[in-house]
Amino acid sequence: MSYAATHDQHDDHHGAPKSFFQRWFMSTNHKDIGTLYLIFSLTMFFIGGSFAMLIRAELFKPGMQLMQPYFFNELTTMHALIMIFGAIMPAFVGLGNWMIPLMVGAPDMALPRMNNLSFWILPFAFLLMLSTLFLPGGGPAGGWTMYPPLALQTDSLAYVVFAIHLMGISSIMGAINIIATILNMRAPGMDLLKMPVFVWSWLITAFLLIAVMPVLAGAVTMLLTDKYFGTNFFNPGGGGDPVLYQHIFWFFGHPEVYIMILPAFGIISEIVPTFARKPIFGYKAMVFAIACIAFLSFIVWAHHMFAVGLPLGAEIFFMYATMLISVPTGVKVFNWVATMWGGSMTFETPMLFALAFIILFTIGGFSGLMLALVPADFQYHDTYFVVAHFHYVLVTGALFAIIGSAYYWMPKWTGHMYNEFWGKVHFWNSVIWVNVLFFPQHFLGLAGMPRRIPDYNVAFANFNMISSIGGFLFGATQLIFVGVVIHCVFFSKKKATDRVWEGAKGLEWTVPSPAPHHTFEVPPVINDDELAHGHVND
Amino acid sequence: MGQQHDAYFVPAKSTWPFVAAVVMFITVFGAAHWLNAEPGDAGFGKTVLSVGVIGVLGMFFGWFRSVINESLAGSYNHQVDTSFRMGMMWFIFSEVMFFGAFFGALFYIRMFSVPWLGGHGHGVLTHQFLWSDYAAAWGANGGNGPEQAGGAFRTVPAWGLPLLNTLILLTSSVTVTIAHHALRAGHRGRILLFLGLTVLLGATFLYFQAHEYIEAYKELNLTLHSGVYGSTFFLLTGFHGLHVTLGTIMLAVIWLRVLKGHFNKEHHFGFEAVAWYWHFVDVVWLGLFMFVYIL
Ligand code: HEM
Ligand SMILES: [Cu+2]
Repeated sequence: MSYAATHDQHDDHHGAPKSFFQRWFMSTNHKDIGTLYLIFSLTMFFIGGSFAMLIRAELFKPGMQLMQPYFFNELTTMHALIMIFGAIMPAFVGLGNWMIPLMVGAPDMALPRMNNLSFWILPFAFLLMLSTLFLPGGGPAGGWTMYPPLALQTDSLAYVVFAIHLMGISSIMGAINIIATILNMRAPGMDLLKMPVFVWSWLITAFLLIAVMPVLAGAVTMLLTDKYFGTNFFNPGGGGDPVLYQHIFWFFGHPEVYIMILPAFGIISEIVPTFARKPIFGYKAMVFAIACIAFLSFIVWAHHMFAVGLPLGAEIFFMYATMLISVPTGVKVFNWVATMWGGSMTFETPMLFALAFIILFTIGGFSGLMLALVPADFQYHDTYFVVAHFHYVLVTGALFAIIGSAYYWMPKWTGHMYNEFWGKVHFWNSVIWVNVLFFPQHFLGLAGMPRRIPDYNVAFANFNMISSIGGFLFGATQLIFVGVVIHCVFFSKKKATDRVWEGAKGLEWTVPSPAPHHTFEVPPVINDDELAHGHVND
Repeated sequence: MGQQHDAYFVPAKSTWPFVAAVVMFITVFGAAHWLNAEPGDAGFGKTVLSVGVIGVLGMFFGWFRSVINESLAGSYNHQVDTSFRMGMMWFIFSEVMFFGAFFGALFYIRMFSVPWLGGHGHGVLTHQFLWSDYAAAWGANGGNGPEQAGGAFRTVPAWGLPLLNTLILLTSSVTVTIAHHALRAGHRGRILLFLGLTVLLGATFLYFQAHEYIEAYKELNLTLHSGVYGSTFFLLTGFHGLHVTLGTIMLAVIWLRVLKGHFNKEHHFGFEAVAWYWHFVDVVWLGLFMFVYIL
C-alpha cells in the first residue's frame, strides 16, 4: 500500500468499503475495529468459559472425576489468561474504540492504522498460546501468574512468553492510540472537564497500561532467559530470588486489576445517570477518585505476597496502602448511589446490570479489604476465598459492566433495539447463578480449601456441588446473550431513535442510529446543554 | 488529497497492519519452536524465525515507505503531526518502564536478595540452613551467588571502555542536537555532517561494546551464566545495546532522508522522533554506567 493508495482516500472516506477483506482486515475505521475487538472478546469469553465449565465439572464431586491433574492445571492457567487478556481487556478496548471518538467528537482514532495492528496482533497471540495445548509437553500449567520455579518446568514457556509479549505490544499500542485520541482529537469546546467519565476512565487506564505492560514484558523475559539461556534471576543458588519475580509481576499485576475495573467504573458512570435521569453526582470527584485509585495501584502490589515472608515493615506498609484504596473506591460507590437518590429511575437491562454491579462489586471490595489484613490473609491466601474475591470484582464487576454497556450502546451500534424481555431474562439468570456460583466459594475458602487443585477433602463437597451447579447455569445463561445480540443485529424490527434512551446525554447520542460509517468528519459544534457534563464549571 | 478540505485526516486503508501481525506471529512462532527443539532438531524453528525476521524487516520498510510518501504528498496536517509526536513520546515512556523492570531487578538483587542470602536482615534462615559459608558481596567475589554459578569471574572495570563509551554517547547526543539546530536553520551541509557523525559515534559505541563482550567471555569469564551478576550485566547492557543498534539504524535512515531532501524547517517529525529516541538511549546508558559499572 503505497502512494497510489492515498488516491482511494476520497471514496474510502465517504463510501462503504469495497470487499470483505478490505473492510475487516485493512480497516482504519474505529467502529469496524471496535466491532472486531468485541467479536474477538466474546469468542474468547466462550473459549475461556468452556474451560471454566470443565473446571467446575471436575470439582463437582470430591475425587478425581474427568481429567489428569496436569490438564486441570492447564485449564485453570489458560482460563485466567484467556479471560484477562482475551476477554475483559479487548472488550474494553473495543468499547473505547467505538465510543471514545463518538464521545469527544473525533472522526476516528488518532492513529487508525496502528489501531488495526493492535487488534490483529491479538488473534495471533491467542493462536500461539492455545496451540500449546496440543504440544507434546502440554500447555502452561503453573498458574496465570507464572511463578518460578514452577513455571520454568513447563515446556510451553517460550510460547506463552512470546504470546504475552505480543499481547503487551497490542495493549501498549492500543493505549497510546487512546491517549492520543483523547488529548489530541477532541472537538473544539470539548474541554477535558466536560468529557464523559467513561473517556476519563479510559485516559487513566491507558496510562496504567503503558506504564505496566512493559514491566510484565520484562518479568516474562527474565523467565525466558532463566529457562533457556542460563541466567539466574530467580535462582537463589546464583544470587537471585524467586520472590523477585513476584515483586515484578505484581508491580504489573495490581495496576492490571485496575486496568480491568476503571473502564467499568466509567461505564457505570454513564449508565446510572441516564436511567436515573440526573447528572452524575460529583463529576469532578469521580474523575479525581479514578486518578487516585490509579496512583495508589502502584504502591500496593505486595498485598499479593503477604504470605511469602516479607519484612514486617513491608507487610505493614502494603497493608495500609491497600486499605487506603477503599477511600476513593468508596467515593465512587457513594456517588453512584447519590446519583440515583431522588432520580426518576427506570430499570431497563443496562440499568439492571449497573445496579447489580454496584452491589456485587462492593461485596468484592469488602472481601478485598478482608484479604488486605495481613494476619487474616495468612489464613485466606491461596484459598477459594481469594477466588471468590476476584470473581466478584471481575465477573460481577468488570464483566457485568461490559454486558451492561453492550445493552446500553447496542441500539446505537446496530440501529435496532434489543429484545428487552430476553435481556431481562439474561440479567436475572446471570445475577442469580453468579451468586450461586461464587458466594459459596467464600465459605470454602474460609474453611481452608486451597485454590488451583483438582481434588479436595470430602468436607468441602456440598458447597462445591452448589458452586458447580451455579457455574453450569451461569454459563448456559450467557448463550441467551448471544441470542439477544444476534437477534438485535440481524432480526430486530424495532428501530432505535438517535437518542435511544430518554435520559441519555452527550455527543454520542446526537449522531444517527446506527452510527454511520464515518461520523464527525468535520468537528461538531458543541452545545454545552447537549453534554452530560457541559456545565460542571458553572 | 481528499481530506484537505476537511479539518480532519483519516488515513486510507492499508494492508500493512495485517501483514505486520502475520510476520510478528511467524517470528515468535519460529523463535519459540527453536528454543524448545531437541538439540540437532532446531532447523525448522530457525527457518521459520528467519522467514519471520525478513518479513518484519520488509514490513517496516514497506510501511514506513508508504507513510513517508504520504507525508511528502502533504497529507498530514498539524493534528496528525501532534498525534505522531504523542505516539512517540508515550512509546518512549513504555521503553523507560521496560528498562525500569530490569533496573528494579538489579536494585532488588543488590539491596535485598544477595545480602539476605549472606545472612543479613531478613534472610537469616536461608543463610543458616543452605549456604552458611556464603559471604554476600557484589561483583567478582560473590555476585554469582552462593553456588558460584558460572565459576569465578572478574568484572569489567568502569574506567576503561565503559568510560570511553559514555563519552562517545554523550558526544553523540551533542552532535544530534547540533544537527537539529542546523535543520531548523536550514543548513543542509551541517545537518549531514553532524548527523553523519552521530551515526558513526553510535556505530563506534557498538563496536566497543562488542569488544567488551568478547573480552568478558574470553578473558574475564564473565558470562550470561555468571550468577545474577552476569544475568543483570548482560541483560541490561544487552537490551541497551539492542536499542543503540536500532537507534543507529534509524539515524542512518534519517540521514538518507535528509540527503533526499525529505525535511524542511517546519516539517521534520521523523528527525525529531529519532533524536528523542537517541537521547533516551543515552540517558539509559548513564543509568547503566552508574549502577552496573561504577557502583
Ligand atoms: C477494595 C479494593 C481491593 C482490595 C483491598 C483488594 C485486595 C486484594 C488482596 C489482598 C489480594 C490477595 C489475596 C491473596 O492472594 O491472598 C487480592 C487478590 C486479587 N484481586 Fe483484589 N482487591 C481489591 C480490588 C480488586 C479489583 C477491583 C480487582 C479486579 C477488577 C481485583 C482482582 C484481584 C485478583 C484477580 C486477585 C487474585 C490474583 C491471583 O492471585 O491470581 N481486586 N485482592
Ligand atoms: Cu492487588
